[in-house]
Amino acid sequence: MAALDRPELDVKEGVDQDTVDAVAKLSGKYKYGWETEIEMEYAPKGVNPDIVRLISEKNEEPEWMTEWRLAAFERWETMTEPKWAMVNYPEIDFQDQYYYARPKSMVEKPKSLDDVDPKLLETYKKLGIPLKEQMILAGVEGAEDYKEGERKVAVDAVFDSVSVGTTFKKELEKAGVIFCSISEAIKNHPELVKKYLGSVVPVSDNYYATLNSAVFSDGSFVYIPPNTRCPMELSTYFRINAENTGQFERTLIIADKGSYVSYLEGCTAPQRDTAQLHAAVVEIIVEEDAEVKYSTVQNWFPGDENGKGGIYNFVTKRADCRGDRSKVMWTQVETGSAVTWKYPSCILRGNDSQGEFYSIAIANNYQQADTGTKMIHLGKNTKSRIVSKGISAGKAQNTYRGLVSMHPKAKNSRNYTQCDSLLIGSQCGAHTVPYIEVKNNSSRVEHEATTSKVDDDQLFYCRQRGMDEEEAVALVVNGFCKEVLQALPMEFAMEAQQLVAISLEGSVG
Amino acid sequence: MLEIKNLHVKLEDEDKQILKGVNLTVEAGKVHAIMGPNGSGKSTLSYVLSGRDGYEVTDGEATLDGADLLDLEPEERAAAGLFLAFQYPVEIPGVGNLTFLRTAVNAQRKARGEEELSSADFLKVVRERAKTLKIDADMLKRPVNVGFSGGEKKRNEILQMAMLEPKMCILDETDSGLDVDAMKLVSEGVNALRSEGRSFLVITHYQRLLDHIKPDVVHIMANGRIIKTGGPELALEVENNGYADLLAEVE
Ligand SMILES: Nc1ncnc2c1ncn2[C@@H]1O[C@H](COP(=O)(O)OP(=O)(O)O)[C@@H](O)[C@H]1O
Ligand SMILES: [Mg+2]
Repeated sequence: MAALDRPELDVKEGVDQDTVDAVAKLSGKYKYGWETEIEMEYAPKGVNPDIVRLISEKNEEPEWMTEWRLAAFERWETMTEPKWAMVNYPEIDFQDQYYYARPKSMVEKPKSLDDVDPKLLETYKKLGIPLKEQMILAGVEGAEDYKEGERKVAVDAVFDSVSVGTTFKKELEKAGVIFCSISEAIKNHPELVKKYLGSVVPVSDNYYATLNSAVFSDGSFVYIPPNTRCPMELSTYFRINAENTGQFERTLIIADKGSYVSYLEGCTAPQRDTAQLHAAVVEIIVEEDAEVKYSTVQNWFPGDENGKGGIYNFVTKRADCRGDRSKVMWTQVETGSAVTWKYPSCILRGNDSQGEFYSIAIANNYQQADTGTKMIHLGKNTKSRIVSKGISAGKAQNTYRGLVSMHPKAKNSRNYTQCDSLLIGSQCGAHTVPYIEVKNNSSRVEHEATTSKVDDDQLFYCRQRGMDEEEAVALVVNGFCKEVLQALPMEFAMEAQQLVAISLEGSVG
Repeated sequence: MLEIKNLHVKLEDEDKQILKGVNLTVEAGKVHAIMGPNGSGKSTLSYVLSGRDGYEVTDGEATLDGADLLDLEPEERAAAGLFLAFQYPVEIPGVGNLTFLRTAVNAQRKARGEEELSSADFLKVVRERAKTLKIDADMLKRPVNVGFSGGEKKRNEILQMAMLEPKMCILDETDSGLDVDAMKLVSEGVNALRSEGRSFLVITHYQRLLDHIKPDVVHIMANGRIIKTGGPELALEVENNGYADLLAEVE
């Protein structure tokens, strides 16, 4: 695997130095930066076999799961942190983190809304989760029987280490869909978990995935039975609240033959000046003729305008298109985190299977993003499409790193990659690192890359029509991201557009 | 309405004086035309009035209804009622024409402390005004000016003007690149907007546009100055004899 020479970059000229120089600082406007004061139950700091056992015990896991975790931990101890990504961050002391934290009020499930820690409710309210669902998320027993409103999105919320509730469970059950926390799945659907967990991202896959395998505390589990179209969008909402706490969630999605599901993931965290670690693993199994859409709007705290604090986001996401004609589509809007290391990937194993990756990555101030995808073509007539939009502002560094691999048996396969970078200001950077390997004669790989700067003429045109500079930048950038925004479910698209605007606040002077 | 006094402008990065003392007063409800050879500073004047970067005002002033224009941000000038129909309208990929228009209209309303227009009201007005300019639904959806023909771009500028209802409209060579039919559409669009409280500054090379949009006053600009001012007959004189005689006169 060798990096190709940098493709020809098409740089638009004529940007006025003044706009470029006038890159102001983000004024700490992160909207979700508050913290909820809730009594927490912590495991002692650090990670060792005892902590792994404790997490397993707290989740009331069967022995096989504990063993699985311990094996992962043993493996992790032999590994070293990867350094190849174009990101720079201070050494992480993995022993100076909490690996388990949960709201004390969750130790015993509350019986009614009155018993719920009001601060927990308050949190969900601030996060904009509809009232009716807040109750369910706060873990009130029987709350699911309440008549729900129009909004048909089932939500699973993970607060620090623990899944605090899943909405619409009954309705989903009727359709045969299983949507629950992974800890529940381990207890209630061990045959599925045993069969699929670690089958896409093996325990030994990479440093962060291996650590996750040992210490993941919770996450979401989805199973769509054969020939079933999931009756609503599924969504997981992750929030890191506790300080010095790593969040290691684990998501497992299985789309059985001929099924379909669209899954949304959203994330926020309080504003802190110490960095926090997030190392999630997402595994998706797509069987014959099944289709999965996975959308992420990642808005973890990016650190302040001086680069202090923020989430270190090291995530392994992979979909295995096992069956013929299976399809997976990753869409991500990455606006948060201080450091992002993330490559949602598709293994196109089944013949005629398809993988798509649509990405917007915005890095402002001192944010560093190294993100992209891997398309591994194994089956015949497989197709993949990559559309990546990287936006850099302030002193940020944004790297697209993508692998397209056509194996000898992947006859007549196709890949199309389009990789566009937009620069706001002159102190940021955009890098494109495509790796391409083609091991048969009938497959074709196309790669196009452009780099441009936010054009002064465009901004002036918008401003002459009455928009202020930030509005103008947001409009132009949203235009630049259009193809990706269109790939998102409606609800998320609106949120993402606003997020684009918010995360670029202060990027022009 | 618009008052320009002794305006001197040089390029910011270069020691090059472009406007060398422009004096011009446009009264409310009037149409003034500016003609002049290429490179005489007409576009520069329109850019400086609307607040584009890259120029330095070394002397003089410009006011709109008494307010000092040169002190304001471009968007503040727009909200104050200044509109520029660009000689070269700018393309904004991925941003739908309607989205752009609505964002602009609401931004100005907000700046003036007015209520935002609802989607329904906005759509109704746009459709109506687009129709008279023969702008169809497809063109409203397409990204701003991307892949538009020259004529479509200019009609789109007039649509924006119609939606924003400015009081001082500057049209920079809106007629260039238009065929006879498009020229008619554009002029009708402009004429429909003429009113007591609205003034126009029409920059053009050709008499033909002024056949449709009848000016009250015609100025000839050359080498960064207004060298002659007169009635509509001045435009005819230029059309017949070119600028040579006028330029000779000044020298
Ligand atoms: N940004 C600029 N950089 C360099 N020269 C400029 C710039 N803007 C205007 N000029 C010069 O100023 C003069 C006037 O230009 P312009 O205002 O476009 O004239 P007109 O619109 O009358 O044709 C020309 O000589 C032009 O080359
Ligand atoms: Mg000009």
